[in-house]
Amino acid sequence: MIKILIFILQFALIPLLSPLFVGIIRKIKAKLQNRQGANIFQPYSDLRKLFHKDEAISHDASWIFRVMPYILFASTILISFSLPLITTGFQNNLFGDFLVVIYLLALGTFFLALAGIDVGSAFGGFGSSREMTLSALAEGGLIFSILTLSIIAHSTNLADIVRSIAGLPLTALLPVLLSFIGFMLVLLFETARFPFDNPATHLELTMIHEAMILEYSGKRLALIEWAAANKLLIFLAIGANLFFPWGIASSLALPAILIAFGIFIAKLLILSIFIAVLESTIAKYRFFRLPDLLLTSFILSVVAIGLIL
Amino acid sequence: MNFAQNSFFIALSLFAGGGVISLLLNRRERSANFFGSAFAILGSIFGIISAVSVLFSNNAFAINIPSSFPILSFTLRMDYLSAFFVLIISIIALFASIYGFGYAKHYFGKYNLGSLGFFYNFFIAGMIMVVTANNALFFLIVWEIMSLTSYFLVIYEKNDEKNVQAGSLYFYMTHAGTAFIILAFLLLYRSVGSFDFDIIRNNIGLVSPLSQSLIFIFALIGFGTKAGIIPFHIWLPSAHPAAPSHVSALMSGVMIKTGIFMMIRIFLDIFAGGPVWWGISILAIGAVSSVLGVLYALAEHDIKKLLAYHSIENIGIILLGLGSALTFDSLGLHTFAILSLVATLFHTLNHAVFKALLFMGAGSVISKTHTKNIEEYGGIIKYMPLTALFFLIGSLAISALPPFNGFASEWLTFQSLFAGIRSAGGVAEWAFVFSAGALALTGGLACACFVKVFGITFLARPRSEKVKGITESSFSLTFSMAILALLTLILGLFSGSVSVMLSKIAGNVTALKDDTLISDINSSAIRTSDGFASASLPSVFLFFGLVLLATFIIVKIVSRRQKEKKVITWDCGTNLGPRTEITATGFSRSIITIFANILRPSKEMEVAFHEENPKYFPKASTVNLKRMKIYHAYIYEPLHKLITEASSFSQIWANGNVNAYILYIFLILIILLTAGVIK
Repeated sequence: MIKILIFILQFALIPLLSPLFVGIIRKIKAKLQNRQGANIFQPYSDLRKLFHKDEAISHDASWIFRVMPYILFASTILISFSLPLITTGFQNNLFGDFLVVIYLLALGTFFLALAGIDVGSAFGGFGSSREMTLSALAEGGLIFSILTLSIIAHSTNLADIVRSIAGLPLTALLPVLLSFIGFMLVLLFETARFPFDNPATHLELTMIHEAMILEYSGKRLALIEWAAANKLLIFLAIGANLFFPWGIASSLALPAILIAFGIFIAKLLILSIFIAVLESTIAKYRFFRLPDLLLTSFILSVVAIGLIL
Repeated sequence: MNFAQNSFFIALSLFAGGGVISLLLNRRERSANFFGSAFAILGSIFGIISAVSVLFSNNAFAINIPSSFPILSFTLRMDYLSAFFVLIISIIALFASIYGFGYAKHYFGKYNLGSLGFFYNFFIAGMIMVVTANNALFFLIVWEIMSLTSYFLVIYEKNDEKNVQAGSLYFYMTHAGTAFIILAFLLLYRSVGSFDFDIIRNNIGLVSPLSQSLIFIFALIGFGTKAGIIPFHIWLPSAHPAAPSHVSALMSGVMIKTGIFMMIRIFLDIFAGGPVWWGISILAIGAVSSVLGVLYALAEHDIKKLLAYHSIENIGIILLGLGSALTFDSLGLHTFAILSLVATLFHTLNHAVFKALLFMGAGSVISKTHTKNIEEYGGIIKYMPLTALFFLIGSLAISALPPFNGFASEWLTFQSLFAGIRSAGGVAEWAFVFSAGALALTGGLACACFVKVFGITFLARPRSEKVKGITESSFSLTFSMAILALLTLILGLFSGSVSVMLSKIAGNVTALKDDTLISDINSSAIRTSDGFASASLPSVFLFFGLVLLATFIIVKIVSRRQKEKKVITWDCGTNLGPRTEITATGFSRSIITIFANILRPSKEMEVAFHEENPKYFPKASTVNLKRMKIYHAYIYEPLHKLITEASSFSQIWANGNVNAYILYIFLILIILLTAGVIK
């Protein structure tokens, strides 16, 4: 019984917690800007509100526009099946492979970009163009940063990676750290954060993610916002658990799970604070400087691989 | 005569019959089209039967028909590798022929349907014989049949001057390639004394390492030209788009694969592997071709040209697999070599299926809009919903998104490269690191490119008058696309079983001889044999479907009272028109800017003014965006210059004086005679 509960918790955790971390990052940013900021549970209320609003859909939209939010949301849920969050007791042997995870993300992005073009507005098209340009360049860094770990772990399965990195002596951690920096750069892009994108802007010169979803409203917008929050938490969880797996439970015993849950939340909080501080202290980069960052991410991981071999 | 052999000959006779009959029916275009297509369809079915019977009931056969010439014999041999390629050719030919039956109707009254049927049938027969020929001279004959018939298909729409030019370029390049192939075969003949592939294979020890390396280089250039590797690809982006769409599907889907087939045949089967630099140089060529192929595709706006550049990209990916296989073989890593060859073969199959599908989709759009320029499309999903759906599936497959077939083979290619990073060591290891980086970049850029193609072609509002009022294509077109689209999904879902079957073929190649392979045909997952990685695409598909359904139902319940209203797209109050949408040029501009060092974009602006002096009021302005092709600037133009200079230099001797010419003949004779005496 408890096993089933933990199993459900394991993959329901991402969609349940993800709006909270969006709220937490917003709150920290508000504090840093000397504002009071909204309640950390505000994103939940936003989702609830959007689900109960009527929808306005463009005449030009095709079925791609209509199904995209469902595909995007479903892809993030599917990825959360593969992630070891609080315990490695469940291992997804079916599609726990990191390439599957990365290409499922790409599937969501592919449809997101198509939906951006679909309504025929200038904003959507440019958002799609920018998104696809950067995600093409980010893929190398993302694949290689996790590849570094999987070479150490002799497995591409995320749960195996977590188990194996947890058993690593501290002296062997330099490649892990290097690839973690590479991964963080990709994380900032994939979750539409500074210096790549501004999650709070609707200024046509700078926006990427927001530009693509400008035409959405109501329940579909709610799904997209939720999927974006899921993606943020997925990346935070990968960063916290794959690169710093200490504290994750290796069994299904209840006390161990509870402790692991606490540690997991603490690690996520540290990463959230890091993102919030980063967003409050640096400016958004010019678009054509972003490829340099993504190239840096790739090179850091290549160096990390060089160190292992 | 066994069953496979009978079917094979029936297939060949059907193609020959179809060709001749449609040529005889020349004037009656309807019946010429009908018989030409029907015979090709039947022939393809027999081709499939024959290949399947070789692959699944071990019906491998060899036929030897001696000719009256001493060194030429018509030798055909169908082993697993040949059967696999016959299977690919026949499957694609089957659907291309069904498609062609409907597609060729728009040539009625314009072009000669009899000659189309003739060249088309002989083209398929030529390809099938190329992959089964077992004698170098016979091979060259059928190779030439394949090249010439495809040349005539390229210039089929001969009223367009561009097509004829594309054909000429193809003609020159393919024969330059053939020259290298002949050199390679002659070198083999010199060492072994036979043109028969079996005899060469058994006596390969007689070929010195130097000759082997020379043969490797010549074969790589020769067959690489046909496969379209960069920088020998220049014919491909102009020739493939020029041909009728179902022929483009065959050329891009399967004809270029005959180059890959011969590389596998010579390097891994006849030579049984080689030194490690062979593998590494193929890896390098694969990496360059894949990245440059997709970059040039991004910059292209002619839909068929763009797809042709993607063929170069995919040939690059296939070569990454083949290069890994060769490298592993020379390093003695047998199981990884098998894994890599499986990836190579699987991607060859997958690319044939989805590229044929995409070319058919493009042809379906072109036959209605009468333009190949994607800037003039837009919103076609509302007029041609089926074509759009199938093109979308093809786009997902070529972008390697799960659970379609492209993902399965790209995943296996990634795993081969990862295996190299893990265990190759030394220089080879870094070759694998950069190849994997190139593959990751290629995957991302291909995704971007297909968002561009699908988005600009099928989504948003029509960008020109040509789109208005078009209707869905006829049944024979949508049917072929539907089956191929289904095939991309099936090959993805059954990728586990397919890869097991392919390992049987890979284990049959001389270099990787292995009868001990575990043949768990019911495997639902693609995996590496050392347990490094596995992925089960059926479960991705199943769970994705379930989650999608659950999301849909829950949202339906939660938002059951909410209404939808139709509005116009918000665009800051501007009037919505074709000019407020993003264009293909605009979409790819940022990528082109980022890769400016490779693509060398340039921008010329011309502004016309109302009054010449003073220039205050511009009347019209033109922006001309161009790209410099680096291989043209650094390889072909210097080569061209060199040849021109050399020929003008030789004019000193070729002065038109007959006496001088007689002197030259005399001198050469003396030199040859002395050389003969000394020997």
